[in-house]
Amino acid sequence: MTDAAEPMAAEPVAAGRIRAAGGTRLGLLAPAGLAVALVALPLLALLLRADWGHVLDHLADPAVLPAIRLSLLTTTTTVVLAVVLGTPLAWLLARAQGRAAAWFRALLTVPLVLPPVVGGVALLMAWGRRGVVGGPLYEAFGVRVPFTPVAVVLAELFVAMPFYVIAVEGAMRSVDPRFEHVAATLGASPWRSFSRVALPLAVPGMAAGAALAWARALGEFGATITFAGNFAGRTQTAPLAVYVALERDPQAAVSLSLAMLVVSIVVLALLRGRWVR
Amino acid sequence: MTRLRARAASRLRGGVVATLLLATAVTGGCTTESRLTAGGAPQRTSTVTVLAAASLTDPLTSLARQYERAHDGVTVALSFGSSTTLAQQVAEGAPADVVAFAGTPALDQLPKDATDQGGRATIARNTMEIATPPDNPGGVRSLADLARPDLDVVLCASTVPCGKAADMVLSRAGITPHVVSREVDVKATLAKVRLGEADAAVVYHSDVVSAGDTVKGVVIPTAQNTTLDYPLVWLNTKPDTTGFAELVRGTEGRAALTRAGFLAP
Repeated sequence: MTDAAEPMAAEPVAAGRIRAAGGTRLGLLAPAGLAVALVALPLLALLLRADWGHVLDHLADPAVLPAIRLSLLTTTTTVVLAVVLGTPLAWLLARAQGRAAAWFRALLTVPLVLPPVVGGVALLMAWGRRGVVGGPLYEAFGVRVPFTPVAVVLAELFVAMPFYVIAVEGAMRSVDPRFEHVAATLGASPWRSFSRVALPLAVPGMAAGAALAWARALGEFGATITFAGNFAGRTQTAPLAVYVALERDPQAAVSLSLAMLVVSIVVLALLRGRWVR
Repeated sequence: MTRLRARAASRLRGGVVATLLLATAVTGGCTTESRLTAGGAPQRTSTVTVLAAASLTDPLTSLARQYERAHDGVTVALSFGSSTTLAQQVAEGAPADVVAFAGTPALDQLPKDATDQGGRATIARNTMEIATPPDNPGGVRSLADLARPDLDVVLCASTVPCGKAADMVLSRAGITPHVVSREVDVKATLAKVRLGEADAAVVYHSDVVSAGDTVKGVVIPTAQNTTLDYPLVWLNTKPDTTGFAELVRGTEGRAALTRAGFLAP
């Protein structure tokens, strides 16, 4: 199936054009090197300042394992929901034309630029015990959303879903509509041409989108602490545990940060081999 | 063609996001250092950086504005957070002229030589109190009510002074409340009650006072309660550092702190 995309691959760019004049290259190297340093230095510092002899002791702290478990559980749930709900949305947006689609796209971009704490306040206004949706929910069924793992997932979905949808929409747009037309002329229903033609072609984009969404969900802090609160084992995700540990024992926070770094790198490495280039 | 356009569009979108991020970073990082008087001549400008416990937000903000009004060209830059975080920030080298903590344990986290250049004084005391939403939906009347499993109770994190004090009060009374969240500082804890998301929180008496009628206070009897001293530390002897410290320690400072619900030291 993926072979079908081959004829559409971009022409290889002439190698000579990339090799710009030496001076230009030097002018680019300095800012590029600085960019690398700005990203790499803090990560390196984390490794240098870690108390390697006690990392395992720190990770054995009763608050750490539940935090990592909760983070993995909620981020996985978030990604699954983002894929299930976000893929159809991305498809509709990719094939939609006109005003409404543009507005929906703009709406989805808002959580990308919104400070996460503001997102947390917005989530409270919607799902809180006195919220627009949460209020009636609490009145009718006694269901309280904040301070539960469900709230953590809602917060993560709010910030991560847009990443997924926008990445997948881009991938789906690049699927040539002629493939669907051909499928249709061969008698495939719209659903069948979506599920058998368009969807498989978009899988690499979906994997990249899922990885982005997962990473964003894993790092979620502001919306979670504002909306879901901070309680060990229930709503205290790994980033929240790092923040709280920093006040009690900074070295423990460094150890926990290392664990998160390792988990992130492992997941990205696994994805890279398979789908993400 | 559609493919190319889609790519360009997604690139553009990325660019817009990056630009927005950069713009926030740049504007957020700027502070006005030089001010001009009406005549156009530059005058003495100076900034006093004050790091203070979240519970001091209201009185110190009004005292800072008062100091700025009385001293043209002087800016009092305030930052509020949990005392634990602030002490750590100072220890890590965060610029600060004056710090004020809830409780004395945070003093131990300051560098040993922190007060060598300046000095310290106790500016206020505080006790703990139960805060509920104004309509008190949980019907909280005493500390013992917090043990009810149907109540959602919010406390400060056990690492920050208000959380430690709340834990002490509760454990001395032999009460295990149904805690749904442990917030990073006292204002965040109170916010959950003000929003009606929690039925009760154990916070400082001063926070109940400054929250006005957005929360209802339920007094904890002295026998079960605890008292925290609020130390003020000035880290140098620059004129505006000691000037602001004196304002906080003086009669006007005392009045502002009392109005905000603090007890005299």
